[in-house]
Amino acid sequence: MNALTYESPGSVDEAVKLLAAAGSDAKILAGGTDLLVQLRMGMIKPALIVDVKNISETTVIKEESGGYRVGSAVSGAELGEHDGMNNTWPGVVEALELIGSTQIQGRASMGGNLCNASPAADAVPAMIPADAVCTIAGPDGRREARVEDIVTGPGQTSLKAGEMVVDFYFPPRPARSGDAYLRFIPRTEMDIAVVGAGISLTLDEAGVCSAARVALGAVAATQLVVEDGAAALIGSTLDDAALEKLDAAARAACRPIDDKRGTIEYRTKVAGVLARRAAKIAQQRAEG
Amino acid sequence: MTSENGELKWVGKSPIRPDGADKVTGRAKFGADLMLPGMLVGKVLRSPHAHAKIKSIDTSKAEALPGVKAVVTSADMAEMQPEWVAAGEVQINFLDLSNNILASGKVLYDGHAVAAVAATNSAIANAALELIEVDYEVLPHVIDVEEAMAPDAPILHDDMFTQGVTPTPDKPSNVFKEVDIAVGDVEAGFAKADLIVERSFKTAAVHQGYIEPHAAVASFSEDGQAELWCCTQGHFTVRAYCAKLLGMDLSDLRVTASEIGGGFGGKTTVYLEPVALLLSRKAGRPVRAVMTREEVFRASGPTSGASTWAKIGVTKDGKIVAGEAILKYQAGAFASSPIQPGCMCAFAPYDVENVKVKGYDVVSNRPKVAAYRAPGAPISEHAVESVLDEIAKKLGIDPLELREKNAAKEGTNAAYGPKFGPIGFADTLAAAKAHPHYSAPLGPNQGRGVASGFWFNIGGESCATLNVGEDGTLVLATGSPDIGGSRASMAIMAAETLGIDVADVRPIVADTASLGYTFLTGGSRVTFATGMAVIEASKQVIETLRERAAKIWDISIDAVIWEDGFAKPAGANAGEFEPMSLGEIAAQAGKTGGPISANSSINAEGAGPGFGTHICDVEVDLETGAVTVLRYTAVQDCGKAIHKAYVEGQIQGGAAQGIGWALNEEYIYNDEGRLDNPGFLDYRIPVASDLPMIDTVIVEVANPNHPYGVRGVGEVPIIPPMAAVGNAIDSAIGVRMTDLPMSPPKILAALDNGS
Amino acid sequence: MAKIHVSTTVNGEPTEFLCEPQQTLLDVLRDELRLTGSKEGCATGDCGACSVTLYGRLICSCLALGAEAEGHEIETIEGMADGDSFHPLQQKFLEHAALQCGICTPGFLVAAKSLLERNSDPSETEVRYWLAGNLCRCTGYDKIIRAVLECAADMRGA
Ligand SMILES: Cc1cc2nc3c(=O)[nH]c(=O)nc-3n(C[C@H](O)[C@H](O)[C@H](O)COP(=O)(O)OP(=O)(O)OC[C@H]3O[C@@H](n4cnc5c(N)ncnc54)[C@H](O)[C@@H]3O)c2cc1C
Ligand code: FES
Ligand code: FES
Repeated sequence: MNALTYESPGSVDEAVKLLAAAGSDAKILAGGTDLLVQLRMGMIKPALIVDVKNISETTVIKEESGGYRVGSAVSGAELGEHDGMNNTWPGVVEALELIGSTQIQGRASMGGNLCNASPAADAVPAMIPADAVCTIAGPDGRREARVEDIVTGPGQTSLKAGEMVVDFYFPPRPARSGDAYLRFIPRTEMDIAVVGAGISLTLDEAGVCSAARVALGAVAATQLVVEDGAAALIGSTLDDAALEKLDAAARAACRPIDDKRGTIEYRTKVAGVLARRAAKIAQQRAEG
Repeated sequence: MTSENGELKWVGKSPIRPDGADKVTGRAKFGADLMLPGMLVGKVLRSPHAHAKIKSIDTSKAEALPGVKAVVTSADMAEMQPEWVAAGEVQINFLDLSNNILASGKVLYDGHAVAAVAATNSAIANAALELIEVDYEVLPHVIDVEEAMAPDAPILHDDMFTQGVTPTPDKPSNVFKEVDIAVGDVEAGFAKADLIVERSFKTAAVHQGYIEPHAAVASFSEDGQAELWCCTQGHFTVRAYCAKLLGMDLSDLRVTASEIGGGFGGKTTVYLEPVALLLSRKAGRPVRAVMTREEVFRASGPTSGASTWAKIGVTKDGKIVAGEAILKYQAGAFASSPIQPGCMCAFAPYDVENVKVKGYDVVSNRPKVAAYRAPGAPISEHAVESVLDEIAKKLGIDPLELREKNAAKEGTNAAYGPKFGPIGFADTLAAAKAHPHYSAPLGPNQGRGVASGFWFNIGGESCATLNVGEDGTLVLATGSPDIGGSRASMAIMAAETLGIDVADVRPIVADTASLGYTFLTGGSRVTFATGMAVIEASKQVIETLRERAAKIWDISIDAVIWEDGFAKPAGANAGEFEPMSLGEIAAQAGKTGGPISANSSINAEGAGPGFGTHICDVEVDLETGAVTVLRYTAVQDCGKAIHKAYVEGQIQGGAAQGIGWALNEEYIYNDEGRLDNPGFLDYRIPVASDLPMIDTVIVEVANPNHPYGVRGVGEVPIIPPMAAVGNAIDSAIGVRMTDLPMSPPKILAALDNGS
Repeated sequence: MAKIHVSTTVNGEPTEFLCEPQQTLLDVLRDELRLTGSKEGCATGDCGACSVTLYGRLICSCLALGAEAEGHEIETIEGMADGDSFHPLQQKFLEHAALQCGICTPGFLVAAKSLLERNSDPSETEVRYWLAGNLCRCTGYDKIIRAVLECAADMRGA
């Protein structure tokens, strides 16, 4: 039997030291809603669990240069109660809040959602259009990376041994812009996304889309950034023709699998539908 | 009894249940909540293969692990012969039961138990499981019922020769038996039809989904006596099965039913109970075994998935002239599915002269099915109720009117044999038609569906003991585990019969050593059959009370009547005496002949069939195929609602399960024959936000065979929803879904094909 | 395996326990502290039968480690009644027959209490979504939702 150790360091430096010493036998514990399920099911057998919730950097939300810095272990429930983030990046907040139940919300974090690296993670396809940047601490010090560069495959990240995500920076929201996230699940709650679509866009004074970012979840091994989808919106007023192009671009980008949650055909079709619907919500939010 | 005077004081009310306080404070002890000194943790090793030969099992490394106190395999069980016993609506073969509990020779499904360990803590027990070496020879497997029936299918049991066909085949097959039900001449009937509709359907295997996993605590003593504590729907049944499997005398095994966290039929058999006993016997210490949720899904009974086909012929004005069905039910890895009741129920709600139903009971590499609310009936009635809906649409007749035209009534010969006594099917149809829901307007992409359902309800053996305390309060003991508030109903019936305050009756569930044999809680029998035992015991107590009053007053017992909880002189001639309450008589019991108590043991007959009619509104998202249930109304004839709120609760719960069966629940197997969704995340039972309020209408057409008219409630409500939802979807989008569950991908695909 | 010593507060009582690093808070409550009112329906966060509050947040105790309770407050079903009188939600659940088998009831009560502490006037939809992580297979939810809504109305009136 493996002897498991639990540590609860008070600073990022201490955490990184513990992680570096234990190497691949160590696991970070944020909300535990992925980690403890995997532990229970015997899918992982770590020797060390490093709880990062006693570190202030990972657990607070701060305003910074008009944007917000959100600790990697901040729970969905806390983020949902934060007025600033709700006003600025409602799509990101609603994505994290879609995760699991109220009980899961009490614990689930963006750091965990990202680093668990599930193709179906809900927060990630909302963070990507928001241009979120994460701070990563490791044995060699700190670095920054864009959220879309973290996940490299199912369960795989670009984090190096001993590295952890400290926080996420969400930039100030440009004028007349809005974001939204929609996912499809078979029930109304308690399911993993069959498809997810996150969109952030900016309108000019005439209501014409001047910038857009489109990301999809659960339709490929990693979250997808759909450049053609963004291009379909830019320069349009999100009229039917533009939305049809977005729908087609989203469908074209999909590389899904058949599994117990959905078929290739279904996921592809619904990706287009959700992209369209999310774009309309983002537009409404941009119009204020 | 007050009922004979018409006025009922407690029956039909909803007093707070006597066991309620413990259940809202966390004090109630469920299966996994018992802890005994020195208790070990029992865990089960399960097959990772759908079908494999066990070449060898080596437990020596596990036994050598410090902290491991016992390891058992099928070799530790008593030798069994094939022997069939009736277990509610299904049959159980002891040899199969034994092989299901611990596999011998072959494993027949993913999750099949192979060995078990008892250790001082769960980490050690888990480590020990990993040390057990099982050498498997993997065999080809078969999951689907149609594929299992194919001539070249992998055979699960070499000694299975289809029963019910003559001559008995000489080649083994996966078809355990064929069932035939026929009245009249269907060919002649169809010849008279102006319209014939036929259609094939598939329904998925679905799990009962009780929230409490199976759990058992066993404690064997050196002299061979044992105690067992477990969550079960029938502790007397558990005693019978376990004693047989372990080669014990019934009297040496005392089984206590814990509070039970749901069963719906799934806790009518045994899984862990004999294993915990075996481990305890071997280890000489108490053992607690609790299933994980994954084990519950992989290894405890779902109900059958099925392939069905129904064909119905009607005249222009909607009279059914012939009905035919073919039903193929999964039994799981061992014989016996609820095919028999499935066949019997298919056309039971209707007065049809010509009926032919053919059923197949088919084994495949899935967990052995267990009873689930109205076993078999939802599957066959789904096919019939869906085809009827199509007929109503084709004929342009209102679907409730079509059912009214054909509804079975008192005196109708049921297609499965008997002549119906007073039944309330027509009343449910009339109540549904009159309900405001039925005429409420619908919006775009919305549709309304109706469907009906029938279930026999059952009686059977029950005992009750009523002990009158010196202070006039009573303890009422029955042997029926209380799943949904039945103790409250028992107290109501005793209080009503005795004419006393319901709060003065304390109902308990007695263990197997304290009361006579009582058949399990299932088939909607408890309020009917155990209720009759309770009423019988109450009447005996009344007799004794009259006798004691007569003694005190020194008059003849015939001169004493019992009224509203008091002994009274029968009339002026009897003498002038102040009425005496139960309490007053009880206080003097010592002087008048000793303690007052009564026992009754009955085998209740004359259960009254139950009928229900449901109305369902849905909205379909045309772009995603998502179905939202907007409004739901369930009408049911209950005979008599004893505890009104719990009757409503049974109906609402059954309807919700049926909606889950219709929309999202299914067992999903991968190519290797492993269950792909053994958890509540992907086995999708309805959550609170999936459902609307479920409106109930209780119709009361008394069952003449029960003193208060009870019919039983729990089974019927799960029958109509699958067809009601499917019919509503068809109304909304004009597409008939034939493959359950009607999940979003299937609906979207059907929409695409249709448009 | 070294056990971890944890000091915490359970239902207002300062409490200490020893636990294995991998032991969940639910395991600790049930097996070490013998508070078996919190139930295990799944151990994977899907059913809510193990609901408790930790640092004032509603969580699944099966998805927290016992060790994480260090220095924090835990509230369980056992702490809900006030001495010998029920919490209004407990009373309403009894009156509305909002429980059948009762295995889900502790989780629902703990979750509903946490809702009413945040939102004294929830809509039916809000109650349904807040409680979506609490599975009940017996009731079809109807009577549970009614009990919570009526309790909220009563508590507002009081
Ligand atoms: C019932 C249930 C429902 C769920 N529903 C959803 C859903 O709808 N949508 C969804 O997307 N997910 C869902 N999940 C999965 C899970 O809740 C989310 O992925 C959640 O965001 C994980 O966050 P956490 O804080 O609990 O992560 P943890 O479990 O603590 O960690 C997850 C992984 O990330 C690593 N990690 C955590 N923090 C860091 C860090 N700072 N730096 C580096 N690595 C880190 C951990 O080591 C671990 O491998 C559900 C889970 C459950 C149990
Ligand atoms: S036991 Fe914790 S959610 Fe089911
Ligand atoms: S009352 Fe049985 S699960 Fe809710």
